[in-house]
Amino acid sequence: MRAEATGPALKLPEKHYLNATYGIRSWLLTTDHKRIALLYLASVTFFFFIGGFFAMMIRLHLLTPNGYLLTPDQYNRMFTMHGVAMIFFFLIPSIPAVMGNFLIPLMIGAKDLAFPKINLLSWYIYIVGGAFTLWSMISGGLDTGWTFYTPLSTVYSNSAVAPAVVGVFITGFSSILTGLNFLVTVHTMRAPGMTWFRLPLFVWAHYATSIVMILGTPVVAITLALAGMERLFGLGFFNPAMGGDPILFQHLFWFYSHPAVYIMILPAMGVISELIPTFARKRLFGYHFVAAASLAIAVIGFLVWTHHMFVTGQSTYAAVAFSFLTFLVAVPSAVKTFNWTATLFGGSISFDTPMLYAFGFLGLFLVGGLTGLFLGSLGTDINIHDTYFVVAHFHYIMVGGAVMGYLGGLHFWWPKITGRMYPEWLARIAAFILFIGFNFTFFPQFLVGIMGMPRRYHTYPPEFQIYNVMSTAGASILAVGYLLPMVYLTWAAFYGKVAGENPWPATGLEWKTQSPPLTENFDVTPVVTWEAYDFHNRPDLGLDVPGGKGSPAVAPAHGDD
Amino acid sequence: MQASNFAGNVDALFSFILMTTLFFAVLVTVLIIFAAFKFRRQSANEVGDDVHGNNLLEVGWTLIPTIIAIGIFAWGAAIYVNYRIAPKDTLDIYLVGKQWMWKLQQPNGRKEINELHIPVNRNVKLIMGSEDVIHNFYVPAFRVKMDVVPGRYNTMWFRPTKTGKYHFFCSQYCGTNHAVMGGWVTVMEPAEYASWLSGESGDVNPVSAGERLFTQFACNTCHIPNGTGRAPSLNGVFGGNVLLADGSTVVADETYIRESILQPKAKIVGGYQPVMPTFQGLITEEQILNLTAYIKSLQSQPVPAKGAGVVQAPAGKK
Repeated sequence: MRAEATGPALKLPEKHYLNATYGIRSWLLTTDHKRIALLYLASVTFFFFIGGFFAMMIRLHLLTPNGYLLTPDQYNRMFTMHGVAMIFFFLIPSIPAVMGNFLIPLMIGAKDLAFPKINLLSWYIYIVGGAFTLWSMISGGLDTGWTFYTPLSTVYSNSAVAPAVVGVFITGFSSILTGLNFLVTVHTMRAPGMTWFRLPLFVWAHYATSIVMILGTPVVAITLALAGMERLFGLGFFNPAMGGDPILFQHLFWFYSHPAVYIMILPAMGVISELIPTFARKRLFGYHFVAAASLAIAVIGFLVWTHHMFVTGQSTYAAVAFSFLTFLVAVPSAVKTFNWTATLFGGSISFDTPMLYAFGFLGLFLVGGLTGLFLGSLGTDINIHDTYFVVAHFHYIMVGGAVMGYLGGLHFWWPKITGRMYPEWLARIAAFILFIGFNFTFFPQFLVGIMGMPRRYHTYPPEFQIYNVMSTAGASILAVGYLLPMVYLTWAAFYGKVAGENPWPATGLEWKTQSPPLTENFDVTPVVTWEAYDFHNRPDLGLDVPGGKGSPAVAPAHGDD
Repeated sequence: MQASNFAGNVDALFSFILMTTLFFAVLVTVLIIFAAFKFRRQSANEVGDDVHGNNLLEVGWTLIPTIIAIGIFAWGAAIYVNYRIAPKDTLDIYLVGKQWMWKLQQPNGRKEINELHIPVNRNVKLIMGSEDVIHNFYVPAFRVKMDVVPGRYNTMWFRPTKTGKYHFFCSQYCGTNHAVMGGWVTVMEPAEYASWLSGESGDVNPVSAGERLFTQFACNTCHIPNGTGRAPSLNGVFGGNVLLADGSTVVADETYIRESILQPKAKIVGGYQPVMPTFQGLITEEQILNLTAYIKSLQSQPVPAKGAGVVQAPAGKK
């Protein structure tokens, strides 16, 4: 357990990035990576709640087999816009653009990202893309599925496809610029002594993610541009009536959109790799292997895309090769999970909220990852492909994995971002509610998928109802689990207990500066003399190190712990 | 319900993966819970052991999952290759998907909509095309599915091993009525199949038979009772006056209904597009009679304010 502060009451630093300048212009024209991160935080939260609203409509509608709430067309719009809002405007930017932006310069001891103005530009691009997509949602909605499969999207859909395609196309450039910024920053701006193998694994994970962003996103941009031209100008790229090939669209789309899954999960893995060592007070087991696993996932992740297409009629032997590669990409994820587990052994484990999220992540990612084997295996995929089994599987990865990582990270770094602590017990309760609500929502979907219920159905045979009722009940619990942190984190930003420089304490460089940090991050550029997660050679943390070496000579500046 | 040659093997592989993954899931979960209790923090300033890692362990937990993964891959690939390469002696059935119905044709030319009749223990191959978007033909009891793609023919095969009626679904999202684009596979004894193929229907009550046909031929996806469909509601139509697109009216009697089913473009109801396909050759005379009986039975149903097929209720309606 974290010790309660016993010393004199802590005070926020007099000058920090939040009060350095005031006024709306100081935010909209800022080049401070921390303020841009907060702009992203506000915008991705906005899209999260839009996507969440659509999710609630879906679950309410599916309460009964015939669904009285929505017409078929409305239902199709709900699940499509849920997917588009959540994937392109929440999950993909969430951890990289919010936490990556805020933390990468702090973690490597830099003053900012390499290209601060491009960083701001990428936020504006995101907003313009988001505005186009909102336009689509308001002016008739979108009913193609988030996958935009042709020729449904380019010829047959009566919904506002063009603005949505333009929106997703534009927002991709935001992703590319962010990735580019991260890569250059990590290469060129590390503080003295911050060697590659002293980098926190959060940075390694973002390095791998950035590679995927830069190499993958242009492909989806081209794909959507082609689809947009087919829809608007009748050019026949994918429409078989004009000599196009609808399967070509799927190849191009998944060439990005499968790696995009790793854009969502790798940063979350990076967060978990920070949380577990901090709250187990122990080095991450097998640091080099975890770092290499991130890169392996990024590279092999580009070679598995047609596992979304095993039943499209693609060449049998191509399917066999891609299934094999799919099994290979599972291995680095397994390696990471084993290393996280091994880290716990011999640790000194506390159960602060971020660690509860890390445990939640481990359990849910385990289920999500292992159920991927059923889908990667050709013999079982021909049965459960496009059923609710798939829906459950990717929600375990993207919500159970990515969102748990996101929320765990938000709690962990909230004292650094705002200078104030969240209410610990309320946060623990919220984490439990989320975990229970999540499983209640999505576990029944595995079962109904095995029974053969296809996805994207607005009405279903009555024998599937019980599972859908459970799922809807769970979703209402889950909604509470999301609203609680939204409310108390906002409250804590203004009224929470002052946190001090390093409340946990944690070993990263971001904890070696005041909370909230200065606009320039550090008073003087720090010099790094320790390895990541090394609690034993850090007398400044004020911990009891066995053997007398490095015993606490000085209490941490704020007197906590 | 396992009802095809693939079902047993697919389920066996499924169970094998389930056991393997369950083993690892339980193992990791138990280790995590054990560690969380055993190594919980005892005093506020305590730190953990100073351990970097263990290369032998790393090699072990890289290799073991790789080997298991390759095993699962190989089993799955074997099933798939067998599924993708159809045997030579198959009963070939042609299938066309369109928004939002399935049209199937037996080798002797007999056509069906949203129904597939096949004999048990015979290799069946579906040769599949689409008129518009991508669909997917999925029979959960057979454990197999395949996309139906416009501009090309895909094939799938299976050998039904149990007689009975099994749901089939469209499992590739295809627009508005994707969820109702399903039907039934009826697996019959070979003799029964032969007599079915020659076209006898055993229904007794024409109204309920007609109601079933109304769904089976997917009439209900457009002729929605509350008038919100692509085609007029049929409530109260029989015996009433129907306003046509050319401004004339016609009395909806048996002849009109028969003509509308077989030559839907002959008389278009005002305010609607000529989108209905012809059912000429798809439907037997007996089935037309059953459908007419069903439409007659809708005479007493409430007529919607908008989307009604009828301008004036029948004069003698009680």
